[in-house]
Amino acid sequence: MWKRILTLFIARTLEFFRDKTTLLWNLLFPFFIIVGLSFVFNQENQTLYKVGVVSIDNNSSFEQFNYLKEEKQVDFIFIKSSEEGMEKLSHHRIELLVNLNTKEYWINSSSPKGDIVEKLLFAKNFERNTEFTKQTVKAEKISYVEWLFPGILGMNMMFNSLFGVGYVVVRYRKNGVLKRISVTPTRPFEFLAAQVLSRMFVISITTSIVYLGCSLLYNFENRGSYFDLFAVLILGGFSMISLGLLVAARSSSEEFADGILNIITWPMIIFSEVWFSLEGTNPVVQKISKIFPLTHIVESARKIMNDGKGLADISEHLLILIITSAVFLTLGSLLFKWHKT
Amino acid sequence: MNPVLEVKDIIKDFPMVRAVDGVSLSIKQGICFGLLGPNGAGKTTLIEIIEGITRQTSGEIFYKGKPRKLKFRNEVGIQFQNTQLPEFLTVKECLKTFRNLYSHKLPLEDLIEMCQLREIYNRDNRKISGGQKQRLLLAIALANDPELIFLDEPTTGLDPQARRHLWDIVRNIKANNKTIVITTHYMEEAEILCDEIAIMDSGKIIAQGSPSVLLKKNNNDALIVLRDDINTDKLSKLPFKWTKILDRVEIHTDNVYECIDILIKNKIDLTGLTVRSHNLEDLFLELTGKQLRE
Repeated sequence: MWKRILTLFIARTLEFFRDKTTLLWNLLFPFFIIVGLSFVFNQENQTLYKVGVVSIDNNSSFEQFNYLKEEKQVDFIFIKSSEEGMEKLSHHRIELLVNLNTKEYWINSSSPKGDIVEKLLFAKNFERNTEFTKQTVKAEKISYVEWLFPGILGMNMMFNSLFGVGYVVVRYRKNGVLKRISVTPTRPFEFLAAQVLSRMFVISITTSIVYLGCSLLYNFENRGSYFDLFAVLILGGFSMISLGLLVAARSSSEEFADGILNIITWPMIIFSEVWFSLEGTNPVVQKISKIFPLTHIVESARKIMNDGKGLADISEHLLILIITSAVFLTLGSLLFKWHKT
Repeated sequence: MNPVLEVKDIIKDFPMVRAVDGVSLSIKQGICFGLLGPNGAGKTTLIEIIEGITRQTSGEIFYKGKPRKLKFRNEVGIQFQNTQLPEFLTVKECLKTFRNLYSHKLPLEDLIEMCQLREIYNRDNRKISGGQKQRLLLAIALANDPELIFLDEPTTGLDPQARRHLWDIVRNIKANNKTIVITTHYMEEAEILCDEIAIMDSGKIIAQGSPSVLLKKNNNDALIVLRDDINTDKLSKLPFKWTKILDRVEIHTDNVYECIDILIKNKIDLTGLTVRSHNLEDLFLELTGKQLRE
C-alpha cells in the first residue's frame, strides 16, 4: 500500500514541478498581489477625503480648514471650473466641491462620504471637545502589508489546493489516466492519499518560498512560532485539498469543475477577510464567513503572525479546520468514482 | 484444459438499450482470442465488464474457475485504446510508475526489450509517435507479467509498418503461453493473430470458433469481384451464385478457371476483376449484412 502511495506521490509531484507555467504562477501570483497592494495602500500622506476647490486664485486662503490639512484628513484638489468639478463629483472622484468665488459647495447625495466631509468642513458649532483626554494606544504598529500577508498566503494556498487537486483529478478522469490506474491493484484510498500528500508537499514548498521572498522584501516578522504557523499551513492545506477532492469526486468535465471551483473560491475571497476586515459589516455576513475554511486559516495565521498567539489561542479555528477536513474527505472518498459516469 | 476465463450469460442494460445480450464465452489458456464487431456491437462494453470496469446487469464471470477478486487485478494486463498518461513524465517514469503499482512485476529491462522502448526511454511521453505510444501502453499492460492480457484495438490509427511491429510483439507474448483477448476492426489482424474469434453484433455473439473453421463452415469458396456497373441481367442467366454488395458484384465459386471462362464467353466486362479467397470480412458481411468498420 505505502509503495503505491509513494509511487503515485512521486509521479504527481514530478508533474507539478515540471509544469513550469503553473509552478511560476503559483510562486509569482502572491508576490504580484502583495507588491501591488502594498504600493496602493502603504503610501505616505494618504487622505480620507478629497475636496475639489474652484477658485480664480489658486492661492486662496484656507485658514479655516488648516487643522484638517495638518491631520491629513482632507486633500484639497484645485479644479478649473465648476462643470469639471461637478463631473468628478458625480463620478465619486471627489467627495465635495467648493467654489470659493461664489461661496457655494456641492455634495453628491448618493455618496455617504459627502455627508461626512460636509460636516467636517462646515459644522458651524465645531469645537474641540475638552471633556475627554486624548490617549495613545501603545500597541506595536502593524503595517497593512503585515496584516494582508497571511490573507494572501491563505488565498494562494486555497487556489493551489482546490485547483491543483480538484482540477487535476477531473482532468485525469477525463483523459483516462484514472481509468488506467483503476485497473491496477491501486485502491481509491491509496490514490487519494497520494494526491493529498503530494499537494501538501507542494504547498509547503511554494508557501515557504513565498513567505521567505515577502519577508525579505518587506522585512516583516512573525511574532508567533514558526511551528504553529506551519501547523496552520498543514491543517488549512489539508482542509482545502479535501474540499478539492470532494469537488472532483465524480465530474469528468473540466468546465463544470472550473465553474464549481469558482463558485467556492470567490465567496471565500470576499468573506474570509483576505483583503479587508468584516468588522462593522452585517452580523449575518460575519456569521456566514465562519463557514469557510479560509476564514479560519487566515484568522489563525494573523493571530500567530500579527499578534504572536499560540496554538491554544487558535484552538477553536483548528478544531473547525479538523472537522471540515474530516467531512470533506469522508464525503469525497464516498462519492469518488474512477470512471466517467 | 480448463478455461482461464469464463463468461456466462452476461447482460448489460443501459437506459433504452441492451448493449450486451446474454453473451457466454470460454477462453482457454495460452490462446489469442479475438472479439470482432462493428462500432456499437457491444464488444467494448463486454470487455470492460470482464475487466471489472463496468458492472454487468446480470451474468457471471469466472477467472481460473473462480469469481474475480483482487488477485484478478494483479494477474491481468490491460491496454486501453485511448489512454493518456500523466503529463510531463518520461517513458521511463511512466513505465516505472505503473510497474511499481504491482507486487509481482517483470524486470524493467525485459519490458524495454520486449516492447522496443530503448530509443524513446528518456523522452516525454507526450512527444512520441502513435506506434511508440501503443508500445509503451503495451509495456505498461505487461508490467506485472500478466497471465491474461486484454488489448483493446491496439493498432487502430497506426500505419501499416507500426501495425506489423505491434503484431510481432503480440506474437512474442503469445509464445510465452500468455492468454490474449484482443478487440479489433481489422480482419487481417484477427486472421494473423487469433486462434479463436467471436463475432459480435447488436450485443450478441453471432459466430465463434477458429478463423479457418469458421470460414470453412460458412463458405470456403473463392470470390471473383467485379465492378457494380456490369450487365447483371446477363449475369443472372449464368450458372453460379452472385451477390451485389455495396459498390461491387461478388461471385462465389469453387472453380475460378471455369467461372472466368464462362464470363468471357458471355462477354461480361471484366475490367477491374479481382480474385481472392473468402475472408472474415466476407463472413461478417454474410452474417450481418454490415461491414466491420461501419
